[in-house]
Parts: sequence; C-alpha cells; structure tokens
Amino acid sequence: MSLLKEPDLGTPGRKGEPTVEVEIDGVGVAVPEGTSVMRAAALAGVDVPKLCATDSLEPFGSCRLCLVEVDGVKGTPASCTTPVRPGMTVRTQTPKLAKLRRGVMELYISDHPLDCLTCSANGDCELQDMAGVTGLRDVRYGVGEGEHHLDAPTDTSNPYFDFDASKCIACSRCVRACNEVQGTFALTISGRGFDSHVSPGQDQPFMDSECVSCGACVQACPTATLQEKSVVDLGMPNRTVLTTCAYCGVGCSFKAELRGDEVVRMVPYKDGGANEGHSCVKGRFAFGYASHPDRQLNPMVRDTIADEWREVSWEEAISTVATRMRDIQERHGTGAIGGITSSRCTDEEVYVVQKMVRAAFGNNNVDTCARVCHSPTGYGLKQTFGTSAGTQDFKSVAESDVIMVIGANPTDAHPVFASRMKRRLREGAKLIVIDPRRIDLVRSPHVEAQHHLTLAPGTNVAIVNALAHVVVTEGLVAEDFVADRCEDFDEWREFIARPENSPEALAEVTGVPAAEVRAAARLYAAGPNSAIYYGLGVTEHSQGSTMVMGMANLAMATGNVGRDGVGVNPLRGQNNVQGSCDMGSFPHELPGYRHVADENVRDIYEKLWGTPILPEPGLRIPNMFDAAIDGSFRALFVQGEDIAQSDPNTQHVHKALESLELVVVQDLFLNETAKFAHVFLPGTSFLEKDGTFINAERRINRVRPVMRPKTGKHEWEIVCEIAQAMGYPMTYENTSQIMDEIALTTPTFSGVSFELLDRVGSVQWPCNENAPLGTPIMHEETFVRGKGRFMPTVYVPTKERSTRKFPLILTTGRILSQYNVGAQTRRTANVAWHPEDVLEIHPHDAEVRGITEGAMVSLASRVGQTSLRAKLSDRMPVGVVYTTFHHPVTGANVVTTEHSDWATNCPEYKVTAVQVGLLSVTAPTEERAERAPVPVAGN
Amino acid sequence: MSTLPPHVRLANEIADQVRHLDPDEAAAFIANHLRSFWERRMLHALLTHVDAGGADLDPLAAAAAARLRQPA
Repeated sequence: MSLLKEPDLGTPGRKGEPTVEVEIDGVGVAVPEGTSVMRAAALAGVDVPKLCATDSLEPFGSCRLCLVEVDGVKGTPASCTTPVRPGMTVRTQTPKLAKLRRGVMELYISDHPLDCLTCSANGDCELQDMAGVTGLRDVRYGVGEGEHHLDAPTDTSNPYFDFDASKCIACSRCVRACNEVQGTFALTISGRGFDSHVSPGQDQPFMDSECVSCGACVQACPTATLQEKSVVDLGMPNRTVLTTCAYCGVGCSFKAELRGDEVVRMVPYKDGGANEGHSCVKGRFAFGYASHPDRQLNPMVRDTIADEWREVSWEEAISTVATRMRDIQERHGTGAIGGITSSRCTDEEVYVVQKMVRAAFGNNNVDTCARVCHSPTGYGLKQTFGTSAGTQDFKSVAESDVIMVIGANPTDAHPVFASRMKRRLREGAKLIVIDPRRIDLVRSPHVEAQHHLTLAPGTNVAIVNALAHVVVTEGLVAEDFVADRCEDFDEWREFIARPENSPEALAEVTGVPAAEVRAAARLYAAGPNSAIYYGLGVTEHSQGSTMVMGMANLAMATGNVGRDGVGVNPLRGQNNVQGSCDMGSFPHELPGYRHVADENVRDIYEKLWGTPILPEPGLRIPNMFDAAIDGSFRALFVQGEDIAQSDPNTQHVHKALESLELVVVQDLFLNETAKFAHVFLPGTSFLEKDGTFINAERRINRVRPVMRPKTGKHEWEIVCEIAQAMGYPMTYENTSQIMDEIALTTPTFSGVSFELLDRVGSVQWPCNENAPLGTPIMHEETFVRGKGRFMPTVYVPTKERSTRKFPLILTTGRILSQYNVGAQTRRTANVAWHPEDVLEIHPHDAEVRGITEGAMVSLASRVGQTSLRAKLSDRMPVGVVYTTFHHPVTGANVVTTEHSDWATNCPEYKVTAVQVGLLSVTAPTEERAERAPVPVAGN
Repeated sequence: MSTLPPHVRLANEIADQVRHLDPDEAAAFIANHLRSFWERRMLHALLTHVDAGGADLDPLAAAAAARLRQPA
C-alpha cells in the first residue's frame, strides 16, 4: 500500500497491438490479445472490485471479488483470469454480481479483527475500500462472533517491517510478489482453509528465512498485515516527493513519503524506468543514515591533522580553502592542487567540481572514484564501440535468450536488475556465469546456470579469447553483421584463431575444461539474442580494459549489438558512476568523453567559461598519491569519496594523504579520509539534493529534495563559492541552470533539461535533436564511432602471483545489505545482516590451516595484514578466498596492492596473493565491535 | 612491493601489453597512450629516467619515450 495511488489496472499488460475489441458496461475498448477482462475494463475506465489482483502480479483468481458476467458465457468468471475475446460483451455491475461480492466480503470480514480505529493502515487499506465498494452493510455470520485472530503472534523479527498475522486475508499477494517480482521464493501459504497462513521459509520468523527484505511483500499487501515499522511507529505519511535512490547503479525511482520533514518510508515508483515499482533492502529501507547523529552539519577546520577540529562559519571554511589552495599554488605551481569527484553526488555537483578544477584551479587534475571501478569500461568501450556506455536499457534483458554474467554478482550488488534477469531466466533464457565464486545466480530457486566457468582469478582475457576462438574456428561468426558494421575484423580473426587462444591451450591457465568453454561459446553464439552483463570482476584487473574490449569483440563477432536483448552492459557500482564519468571527471576528458587535446572542444568551454583550459591530461587518483609522496602535489579536494578506506594499498594512500599540506573533505560523515583532512565541508544526503543521477543504462533521473539542506548549503553552492573566493566567477541560481550549461556544451545531452525530465520522467542519453526522448538502445544503425572496431586482446598474466609465502588468491566484493565502504549502510539497521566483514574460505583451505567456522584469522599479503572472522564456504574454489570491504575495522584494502589496469590504473582489487592463518578459534562479536581501526604504516 | 618508481612501473606494464606488436608499432602505441593519459610531470619523470640511463625500463617503453621527444 502506498500514500499516492498510482493507477492499478489489476493485471499486467500484454505485448502487441490493441487488436481485440470488447465492450465493457457499454464502453468499447481495444486491447492486445491475452489481456485480462479486468485490465480491459480498467482501460475502459471501469473499475472492477478486487483484492488478490494487482497489475505487478500475474492474476491468481482467489478472492472472487472481481466476478463479471459475460454474454453467452455461463456463470460469473473472475475477470482477472479471464482473457478477452473479440466481440466479448462484459457486465461488471449487476444485482447478481453485487450480491455475490457482498457475500464474499461478508466472509472476509467475519474472519478479520476489525480493529480499524487502531490499525496502522489508518484507512490505507484495500479491504476497507472493498467493503465500501461492495456496499457491505451487515455480516450475516456476526460481527465480533467469528474468528478475529487477535491472539495471533506478530513477527517483528525484521528490522524494517512487521508481519501481523491477525490482519492477513490469505490473498497470496505477498507470496506472489516474492516469487514473481523479487524471485526469491521465500514465502508460501501453509495450511488449508481457515488454517491458511503466510509462512516465511519453514514457518520461520522472517529474519531467519530466505527473505532478502526487498519489501515487495510489504508493498503488495492490501491490508496492514505487512507494514513498515516506521508507519507503525510514526503513522501514515501525508506528502510524497518523487526522487531517485542513491545506492547502486540501477538508479531506482522512489516516492519519498513524509510527515512534515520526516521520511516515513520509501516506496518504489511504478513508473520508474529502471525499477518499475521494485526495490531492494537498501533503497527501500536503509535511508536512516541521512538523519544519523554521526552526520556533521557544520564546517570545521584545523591547522594540522593532529589538532582538534574547530567548528567555523561557512565563510571562514570557504575562505580557508581558497586562501590555502592559492598559497600552495603560489609556492608549488598551478599543478600542485587537484580534486576528486564523487559517483554518489549529482551530475550537477560533479560538473561544478570539474569546472572548479579546470577553470579556478587552472589544471586538469580532476579524477573520480570511477577510477577504481569502471574506468576500464570507459577505455574499452570507447576503443571498440566509440563511447563509454552500456548498450541497452534494463528492460532489454526480457528479450534475451542467453545471458552471460561475467565478474558480477547482481543478486547482491544490483538486486533490482537481478530480479528482472531472474524473471527472464525463469521464462527459459539460458545462463552462463563466468566467475571464480559460485554466486547465487548459479543455482537459486527456479534458476540454474547452463554453464558456470569457474576460472582462476586474473584469467578473464584468456577465457574471453577462448570463447571467441570457438566462435571464429567453428563457423559461428555473424558474417553479415561483421561485414556491414565492423572494421579490422580480418586481423582480429587471424589473431583469435591462433592455436594459443584455443580453449584447450588455455585450460591450464584458466582452470576451465575446454569442453565447457566450447559449449558455452556455442550457446552464446546460437542466441539468437545473447547479452553480456559484467561488473567489477571484469574491470578491476591488470587487464581490465583488455577484457572489456574482448567482450565487445565477442558481441560484435556474433552480431549481438544494436537491438533489444543483446549488448555489452556494465553494471555500475555506485548510483552515479555513469553520470560522474559523463560530466568530465576524468583528467583527460571534458564532459561527454571528449579529450582535452581537442582544440574544438576546448574552445567551447574556453569561450563559455572565459578562461583557458590546459590541453594536456591531469593526474589520475593513483598519480596524485604518487605525486603527493614525491612532494609535487600538495592539496586535494575530495568530494564524497572515502579514499582512505576504498582505495588499494591503504598504507600507500595514508602516506600520500599525510604528505599533503591541505586535504579538504566534503562528506556526510567524518570518514576515514577526514582523519587526514584540514577542512571538513559537511555534505548533503540524497534527500536534500536537487539534480540528476545517471544510472547504468544511461538513464537521467531527477533527484528531488524532500527537505532543505541540513547543513544550510547545497554542495554545488559550496564549490561555486570556493571558486569565487579563488577569483574565478562561478554562479548559478539553481541546479537547473547547471544542467542547462551541460546541455549547451555536450552534444549527447543537448536535449536534456529539468523541464523535459519533469515532463517525461527520465531519458537515456544521447538525448538531442536526433533523439529528443533519448536512446534506450545504442549502436542500432551504426556504432558511435561509425564502424565497430575489433581489437586484438593478447592475454598477459598479472604480475600478482601466488607464492609459497602467499599461496592463496584474495578477491573482494560486495554483499546485498551493505554498500561500498559502508558509510551509509553501517549507520542503518542493515548491520543486522552483516555486522562485520568475514573471510570466505573453502573448507579444504581452512582445514589444512586448522581454521573452523567463525574463527578469527589473519589475512596477510606482501603489503599489509588484517584480521577477520572466517566463514567456511564451498562457494569458493580451493585456493581462492573472498571478503568484502564494508567495515573500516577490517580494512580489507590494507592487503590489496599497487597493481592496476595497464590502460587506466584501475586497481587490481580482484587478485591479491595472500596467506591466511588461525588467530583464535572464536572471538566475541562485542570484542570485534570495540576494536580500533586496523593500524597501518604511518598511522 | 615494486621498488620501481611509478613512472617506470606503469610504462613497463603498458609495454607488456603490446609486446606482440612490431617494435615500432608498439613504441608508437605506447607513446600515443602516454600522450593521451599521462600528466606532464609523469612524462617528464620518464624522460629524466631515460636520460639517467633508463635502468629497469622496458626497451619498448624507452623507445616510446624517444618518440615523446618528437612533436606529436
């Protein structure tokens, strides 16, 4: 249930032209074949009473309220499960139907507590609505005489919602939402007749069941049986603001529902292009960090990092930044300062930071946290396709016949997209997973991968070459597509067909049997619609960029680019990775991925900004660290990224930060990086921001403020004021003007404005005169660069090897309930699922080390050591261990190294040679919570 | 930990990726990559390293450095 009712047509729409004409209560309507009578009626403006039906779920036909009469048909069929037929004449309101419906309602009401005056639904209840709609006036079975279930237990185990069994009408909407929308199958209806009841798992509390707390059941519930605790505690919200989630790159649209300035709940928006009414545990529930007491709301300064922070006025903080930045430039040169933009901030906030660096700082020393995640996507897709962007919209996966997931774990990291993917897999699409770990997708309810290629970490390029070798040597190339759309194919064909690229030759390197690779390649090539989805398991390698090009080669060779159901699609880690990259955050590119050496592009900005722009690339983040240590780089502005925790080789990062004269941190919290900061500028949460995020499908979504900035200033205002204090005029009246400047200067955004977004909801770039409503699928007629370019991808092993001293390979990743460095999710009830990082280790590797489940272990690499609790798991292959980096107390990046992608310097997080040793058999959780952050060199 | 200076280590890593090419082609690729993505002080450090004898620098990277001295 939700405060603002979006139209509910009762059953899902069907594809096709509206060719079936029917008449409902005298109103004619044409709908696609397969449409239900209920939906046709709704489209004709006729509401049919319903309880078990809702248009996010397939019809079920259990409540019997939606009965109708059809001319020439005996009985009173349920309109939700009855498809239209040409010429059908339907009546939804007759005395007979009214009597039947009242009878049904009497039965429901006789088995309901009728505590409406104290119910948390407070009138937001479909059961109550239907009692009114059906004209229920009395209950023949007695009011107060039936079974009211008031002694039924309420399951309060989930931190975010309650299950009050007394109010349940056994409509199965929650069960079907869990099955059909989320795809987890955690719920069922147990018992029969009056004993029917919703059962999580094996009649377990929700928290102990397989429930992933996505909230789809809460949203589907027509009564207050499943209700947000916040609604129970605070009451129903009374206003709604439509905005966009600030967690992963799926970019779900939400209705923020409030009482005054207090967010009561977040309800996923049915018309949201990315999520279409679904959500995950983070987006729907984990917003409490925005009002967490840890938030710093006042600017602070200090002379040295050994000093105490001193709260100051905004004027003093901004003046301090500007004065010290200019002083450093006078003493050490223009290039001695720089900035880092954040993929958690809006496009407009990012744009002004890169503008501040280029126009006010006078250099190109601006980089973004995408450096450490998807920068190889930028390089690889630009080389092959012509631009840094996923090729499809999320909906496209519904048309895929074969889905290849490489180095991604969508059910944990991109759960709402994973639900789309699982739905398609349940419909029969085939799945190939390429990952060292047995991720959940490999085998989950009603989903099983046809092929799981458990490759050795660091051998992605070898695998993609082997797959392509099969395509080329077994005659599986889409010759027409290649001839018409691509270039440099013959050279690539000669390269990839060489014997050293065969699955047999590479099996020893990858550890994957050749026959399995050949079968996977044949499946992918057969399609007919084959799609690749990939994550940081592709990019965060020494050959991350090469692997991106390898996947592009494979897609082009099989003709899987440029239409629905195919493509090469990066699953972006953070909410605005795509946008922050689009906005010119890289040191070599102005907005729209245009190189700073391009005089024509510089000319656009030089004229508008009134200042020259350097024609040479600036420093990347790792280069900034190196230059800080060598003394040539002296000051850094950090927008919303916790580089001290998230970047690799923590000791090196800390040494670099300590070397800087001035570190300015703009963030919600005093994070790990703030320990090295001299100025702290409090930032705003997504609930306060006004602007846009761009998700992994290039969808530009509005982020609307639900409250004023708790800090008194928007982040873009702060950046503009710093630039002005440094002598560069930079003013905007609002963020709409910033987007207007982006549109004015960036061809792929030329049609974008807040007015357009408010009018149509969202658009996917390119959005310009050629595509005024955006571009869901790219490269349909031609590639952005004209011809798709095949690039030879020679496999070069990483220099990071296991040794006798460090015999295991560590790979890192994310878990469903936590997000990145955990700054947000650790300050929510999500810690109930993941209170600490753990080390997943194969039972064989554990046994030889004397490690048992829950034991404290040391994790050491050649650069550092930390300790954490062991979790024995045969999801891991022997020889590979895995952990997350959500908790600073563990500091997983203490052990990751300086190795990086050769083209972009994206760190090689996914391959670190380590040793694991037993520290103690057990350690109480409380003791862990009190431990100080891991000590590292120089700290 | 690598004991090489960052500019040497990073240039060598690029060279590793193009060793399969003809040496001239490889050097041209590396030089072009460095011009496109490296900041001025990194290029300067690389050239200074070459001037000092180029210890531990991959020959392909050294050849690329020579090309950097020429106009683009």
